[in-house]
Amino acid sequence: MSKVNAILQGTLNWVDERFPLTSNWKAHLSEYYAPKNFNFWYFFGSLAMLVLVLQIVTGILLTMHFKPDASLNASGVPVAFASVEYIMRDVPWGWMIRYMHSTGASAFFVVVYMHMFRGMLYGSYRKPRELIWIFGMIIFLCLMAEAFFGYLLPWGQMSFWGAQVIVNLFSAIPLIGPDLSLWLRGDYVVGDATLNRFFAFHVIAVPMVLLGLVAAHIIALHEVGSNNPDGVEIKKKKDANGIPLDGIPFHPYYSVKDIVGVIVFLMVFSIVVFFMPEFGGYFLEYNNFFPADPLVTPPHIAPVWYFTPYYSILRAVTYPLFGIDAKFWGVVAMGASTLIIALLPWLDRSPVKSIRYRGPLYKGFLAAFIISFFILGYLGMLGPTPMRTIVAQICSVIYFAFFLLMPIYSSLDKCQPEPDRVTSK
Amino acid sequence: MKKFLSAILFAPILAFAAGAELHLDRAPDRANDMAGLQNGAKIFVNYCLNCHSASYMRYNRLKDIGLSDVQVKDNLLFTAEKVGEPMKIAMQRADAKVWFGAAPPDLTVIARARASEFGSGADWLYTYLRTFYRDENRPTGWNNVVFENVGMPHVLWELQGDQVMGADHKLKLVKAGKLKPQEFDAMVGDLVGYLKYMGEPMAEFRKQLGVIVLIFLAVFFVFAYALKREYWKDIH
Repeated sequence: MSKVNAILQGTLNWVDERFPLTSNWKAHLSEYYAPKNFNFWYFFGSLAMLVLVLQIVTGILLTMHFKPDASLNASGVPVAFASVEYIMRDVPWGWMIRYMHSTGASAFFVVVYMHMFRGMLYGSYRKPRELIWIFGMIIFLCLMAEAFFGYLLPWGQMSFWGAQVIVNLFSAIPLIGPDLSLWLRGDYVVGDATLNRFFAFHVIAVPMVLLGLVAAHIIALHEVGSNNPDGVEIKKKKDANGIPLDGIPFHPYYSVKDIVGVIVFLMVFSIVVFFMPEFGGYFLEYNNFFPADPLVTPPHIAPVWYFTPYYSILRAVTYPLFGIDAKFWGVVAMGASTLIIALLPWLDRSPVKSIRYRGPLYKGFLAAFIISFFILGYLGMLGPTPMRTIVAQICSVIYFAFFLLMPIYSSLDKCQPEPDRVTSK
Repeated sequence: MKKFLSAILFAPILAFAAGAELHLDRAPDRANDMAGLQNGAKIFVNYCLNCHSASYMRYNRLKDIGLSDVQVKDNLLFTAEKVGEPMKIAMQRADAKVWFGAAPPDLTVIARARASEFGSGADWLYTYLRTFYRDENRPTGWNNVVFENVGMPHVLWELQGDQVMGADHKLKLVKAGKLKPQEFDAMVGDLVGYLKYMGEPMAEFRKQLGVIVLIFLAVFFVFAYALKREYWKDIH
């Protein structure tokens, strides 16, 4: 036994002299000290990593059989659409890989939205974690691009018309708009050229950027250390060895805890994959089981659920300004609604970080923001009516007010004093 | 503030209720009825698979519903030579477009595509196939309640008989077909059951596998939670 150990140790030493294996293991796992009071909300970071890996692995397997080809086969079905059904039927276990990938797309947004909400609850974006937040926001934008490109690939009716609507948005930009949307599509309508370039973006370009950003996100996090539900810095109180008094090594404590979270997540994930893969038309839209047909416009085009809040904001803008079409300002508002989240570290002037010690003003604004976000998401799935447009306009105003008024209400708020050390429960 | 909140909470629900209603009859469940599914497959091959293809469905896949290769070959194989081939048709799409106004769609996943907030795809098909009525203004002489001005004629007309649309917007059977109304409904139920099966042939296996996966994860959870408790018992 000791001989085996000696060989292992010798191998490790050999590697360590050439690559910082042990020091990285320590810096990021066994001697990375995380606050001991993480709660439910802190599972979603590791779960986002898990879903990323799931999407990459299932995605690689899908590319082995998927054909990004919009031409019609002998039965009059687009080759891309038929290749998805081929995966579902003739590829051994293809249906499971495909359902894991389609469910994984929605699961990714669920865990990332929870992860972002955690940051808002406990002020995780505040100094010194502004860059972690910025990296995270770019990850979020990349994720939206990734989902948008991927949604075209099955080449169903919703794939086609969803892409048509979104690419057409760019044509609202003054002067360069029409040429820009033509350049993006590579054709006058969404077609084979669009399908091929979206495939390239979906399987290689965006995932590469995503992986780099995830690495930057984690390196930045491990540089400054994790926030916690109390929003106090554990590095301020250290023991004689320089270890935070309220810190515990990530491995083994949080690695074993995250395994529990992973299993609970996989149970929920499996319930969807095995028992309700369409999830009532929200994860796989029914209309997308019709092959793309440029001659038949569906009566109602709705994006997938994770885009609907922003889509609602886009449609809520109905006034032309400065002689430019309302559509353009809708695109601006939609872009602003996603980008403004990145400014949180500089908008928040509260003396405390965590919701636990914040006053009623912030809590009220946050509640109104979350309710508006859900209503906008719900309205985005429905066709517009005058009544719904007014509700969407009210909710859009609340959405932006939460951010734009934050410097005022967060500094006026009556906060409670933060504790010196983290509290349990 | 509370009134305002409840107003914006309930407004979308009220707005939603104003949408158009489509009433669909509930399709009977044939998921585990092998005889019904086999009958549905027979009806599909005899009545549908002349104009409509099911080009992602292979004949020998029918072993899922208890049909051997020999049975398929002897009874169902009209449009292909080998049981491993998909259910294609001889009609050219360009011709079909001239004859019907639109090429008949591939039906492999039609039961999934026709689902909506009004009911499952099977419900839609079950209602659609039973609500053809005589309409002299249509080139085929037929119209349909759930698919207005459809290009497809009433293929099952001999079996169901002639329906007309009454002034009360209800369908009336004015000329009996070969089957009694209950028999016809049961037959369409079999056909729709088959279409639903064909839309997702692995659906039943998927659910069975799901149960096993969840049991495995439940056992895994017990061990993982015990491990976590053991490591965390000295953290206060």
